[in-house]
Amino acid sequence: MAAGAASGGSAKSDTYAEARTWLLLPAWAVLGIFVLAPVLMMLVYSFLTKEFRGGVIWDFSFAAYDQFFCNRGLFGDEPCSIEWTYINIFWRSIWQAGAATLLSLVIGFPTAYFIATRPEKVRPIWVFLITIPYWVNLLIRTVSMKFMLRDQGPLNDFLISTGLIDTPIHIVNTNFAVQLGLFYSYLPFMVLPIYASVERYNFNLSEAAADLYASKWVTLRRILLPAVKPGVIAGCILVFVPSLGSFLAPDLLGGAKNFMIGSLIEEQFKGNAGNWPFGAAASMILLTMVLIILLIFARQQAKAEKGTG
Amino acid sequence: MARGKNDIKSFPGFLPMTILCLVILYAPLVVVTIYSLNDSNSITNWEGISFRWYADVFTGPESEKFKIAAWNSFTIAIIAATVSTTIATLAATAMVRGGRFRLRTVSFGLISLPLMVPEIVTAVATLIFFNSIGFTRGYLTILMAHIAFCIPFAYMPISARMQGIEDSYEQAAMDLYATKRQAFTKILMPLMLPGIISGYILAFIISLDDFIITNFVKGAGVETLPTAIFGSVKQGIKPNIMAISTMLLAVSIIMVTISYFVSKSDNTK
Repeated sequence: MAAGAASGGSAKSDTYAEARTWLLLPAWAVLGIFVLAPVLMMLVYSFLTKEFRGGVIWDFSFAAYDQFFCNRGLFGDEPCSIEWTYINIFWRSIWQAGAATLLSLVIGFPTAYFIATRPEKVRPIWVFLITIPYWVNLLIRTVSMKFMLRDQGPLNDFLISTGLIDTPIHIVNTNFAVQLGLFYSYLPFMVLPIYASVERYNFNLSEAAADLYASKWVTLRRILLPAVKPGVIAGCILVFVPSLGSFLAPDLLGGAKNFMIGSLIEEQFKGNAGNWPFGAAASMILLTMVLIILLIFARQQAKAEKGTG
Repeated sequence: MARGKNDIKSFPGFLPMTILCLVILYAPLVVVTIYSLNDSNSITNWEGISFRWYADVFTGPESEKFKIAAWNSFTIAIIAATVSTTIATLAATAMVRGGRFRLRTVSFGLISLPLMVPEIVTAVATLIFFNSIGFTRGYLTILMAHIAFCIPFAYMPISARMQGIEDSYEQAAMDLYATKRQAFTKILMPLMLPGIISGYILAFIISLDDFIITNFVKGAGVETLPTAIFGSVKQGIKPNIMAISTMLLAVSIIMVTISYFVSKSDNTK
């Protein structure tokens, strides 16, 4: 992603310059009111007092963050020691999202590379094939995955019929099922940016390395990989970030034991826990983490851009 | 040592990996489609092909629920796509044809905000927002949330298209005494049509498919197809859910295919 892309590409002309305020006003209004203002309101709510069965009382309080980070004993009157329950849920989410990202990279990199080295005419068709599943309802895809992985599901039937296993492998309601679900949800996000950078890669460089007796794999590792690194990082972020806050895969494939951030937040608003300030605080912590990741990424991309340009 | 250029480019094992990738992406969808045709009350045993579960979606015990959910889903998707595409087209015109200006980067950041904020966070924030202003949750809250998060999806193909159109067409029209408004409606818009259609379709699909935000802002009693399906799936995957999922899957794939071919068509020549 070029620095230009971060600001939405360059302006092509200034034909409608004097009308631009009016042209942008609807977008500013709708996004300001229904996305930006809600996020700010969420920040406010995270500092309010909870009301039972959902909602808030307008009294300023640190209780939500205190509950998140502090263990104050059975009666809540001890000094703060670190509370691990929620940190562990965040940690598990990072771990799960990381595993899904790695899985996507292992499958996605060869795929992206393969597509980028096809004749120019057929590349868009391959790319289209990879993107179609993304546009299919995430809920339906996750349900399909659950159907596939069930103990009596097609995957186990297939493995048993080939004689590889005798008894069904229990996959649903394990950590691995969640990783598979996340991997399946966001795999196209890994392929597309890597594809874009391999496509721009100048293969004469590999040619030159080969002329100097570098083996193919050395060329891949030492010449191609550094050149396409921005695409690889972009792909990893595009898989990792949505995986981190995902709700459907852990909820449908993970069961109660494999709780992730998304489920923790959902429970505060939809479930019986009903602690809105705490849900708002957990959301703020997740949002902060994501924004920090995106910021570091944007910095790096800008640096890489300066380096090559 | 003779070697072709492709020799350097190709690695053993990359083709099988690509095939594996496609199998992983498509196998679950194909399997659900096949099992939606299963003439059996259980989802496990295969008892031959029939369309009974498709009939069940329209006439079975849950048909009334699905009909209302489908009505909500499709009307919301149509209105949200129409409004967000209009807003995105105007915004893209300012961004691509509005010269350089101070708030340009901020505007782009605002437009892409729904793509950066995790969906569950947007869902929580929207719920809190409607609660804090005392707005009763229901059809209208779903619609407003959908309009907002559909904007970036409509914006991307529209602005990409506008980047690709030289402004000489509009300049020529204005040299011939067309007003700016005429140059916009008579020249730019027709050239933009493929981008606008593909933006509209993407916004439509995104709205139709959304579960997480809808689930938070829908309020009691109002269901869309994804929330109705989720509710059913919580009690176990039933054959009629496979049938309705397959239909929704088909709608998405058909729409994306149309969008792909429309955006590929070049009407500037």
